[in-house]
Amino acid sequence: MAGTAEPKVVPFPLRVPGEPFPPPRYEEYRRSEGLVLTHLPNGNRVWLVTRHAEVRAVLTSKKISANPDREGFPHISDTMGVPRQEQIPGWFVGLDSPEHDRFRKALIPEFTVRRVREMRPAIERTVDGLIDSMLAAGNTADLVADFALPVPSLVISSLLGVPPVDRDFFESRTRTLVAIRTSTERQRDTAAKELLRYINRLVGIKATWPGDDLISRLLATGSISTQEMTGVLMLLLIAGHETTANNIALGVVTLLLNPQWIGDQRAVEETLRFHSVADLVALRVAVEDVEIGGRLIRAGEGVIPLAAAANHDEEAFACPHLFDPARTERHHVAFGYGVHQCLGQNLVRAEMEIVYRRLFERIPTLALAVPAEELPLKYDGVLCGLHELPVRW
Amino acid sequence: MRITVDTDRCVGAGQCVLSAPGVFDQDADGVVLVLDPSPAPADHEAVWQAGDLCPAHTITVYGD
Repeated sequence: MAGTAEPKVVPFPLRVPGEPFPPPRYEEYRRSEGLVLTHLPNGNRVWLVTRHAEVRAVLTSKKISANPDREGFPHISDTMGVPRQEQIPGWFVGLDSPEHDRFRKALIPEFTVRRVREMRPAIERTVDGLIDSMLAAGNTADLVADFALPVPSLVISSLLGVPPVDRDFFESRTRTLVAIRTSTERQRDTAAKELLRYINRLVGIKATWPGDDLISRLLATGSISTQEMTGVLMLLLIAGHETTANNIALGVVTLLLNPQWIGDQRAVEETLRFHSVADLVALRVAVEDVEIGGRLIRAGEGVIPLAAAANHDEEAFACPHLFDPARTERHHVAFGYGVHQCLGQNLVRAEMEIVYRRLFERIPTLALAVPAEELPLKYDGVLCGLHELPVRW
Repeated sequence: MRITVDTDRCVGAGQCVLSAPGVFDQDADGVVLVLDPSPAPADHEAVWQAGDLCPAHTITVYGD
């Protein structure tokens, strides 16, 4: 039965700088209402979903769409530096089944558990190379700029078959794209255009001279057009870069503050749940009237499942506010749920496991260079993370 | 315990392989494979977990 009582209406934006994350009001919403309403700056009505079971229900409902072209879609993401995402062919996170499935199926073989396992030696070399550079440069570093951002960027460029000679170009442009605080909109726009042009050229090269890389293999399947390929690659690049970097940076801080878990592999999964960096990523719109958690969501209303709220739901996780890698519950929604669940999730897990292990093995005296409460938390955009992470050893 | 999979729905997240590696695998296309359709009791908890984690509800586990 859909509830008839008026839903609670809460302010947007949801996060306030200087607050802990997830914001304390997530807990209040989860306990009192589960679903609350907010109004975006454009006036659109949007439901925020905060409980674990209901977030999963939203992400698997056939009556709820991921298509940003649909009337009422909650457009809140304007910080990624790319042109309107829905305009890019191949940007398949914005497609519903069955259109979505062709892209997903073509890409799955690149991200299976076995394939990721085969990538591990290359990831270790990348991570060790970055640690070498930090050690050679002195006894302090910004672990975001010098390590957390380059790790996923270099891994992605190797996956895509970016030639070593182009890696610096590729890395600097992807970094500009995500450096919301230190780059201007114009710089990000330029970087996005340069990357698009570069990726187009790379696709052309791989079509003529195939190699042992994702682009060549994807082209060989013939299931994705050259034009769509550019959108697919930009999506992999953007979805996999800053998200992973933020998990790495926040995870390292959490381990420095909880050193009893250093060396325990289970810290990877718990970092994903605990920080839920992609809190606002899974934006949706109802395409038919649908009941979720006793509330009637009408066709054309936006729906935002909040990953961090769901991952701190005490109905789903015992003592959710504690960082406890020994917990046995693994059903967090940090990678989403449903058919759009993160394709690269096992690659992220491998990167984080290797990073945690190698960083603390090779720099056992690693320590924060500023008090933890002074670390600049990132609240702008749809992701949570750190602008900087000053460390010393 | 019985396991059924709807391979058409599989989105290749690999959560089943991570949960119960002796029971599930992925083929070359990344689609779920059931290696052991009637797993030993020691694996039951991991298989339930695999069913719960499957993001596309590809895997159904029956407790009979």
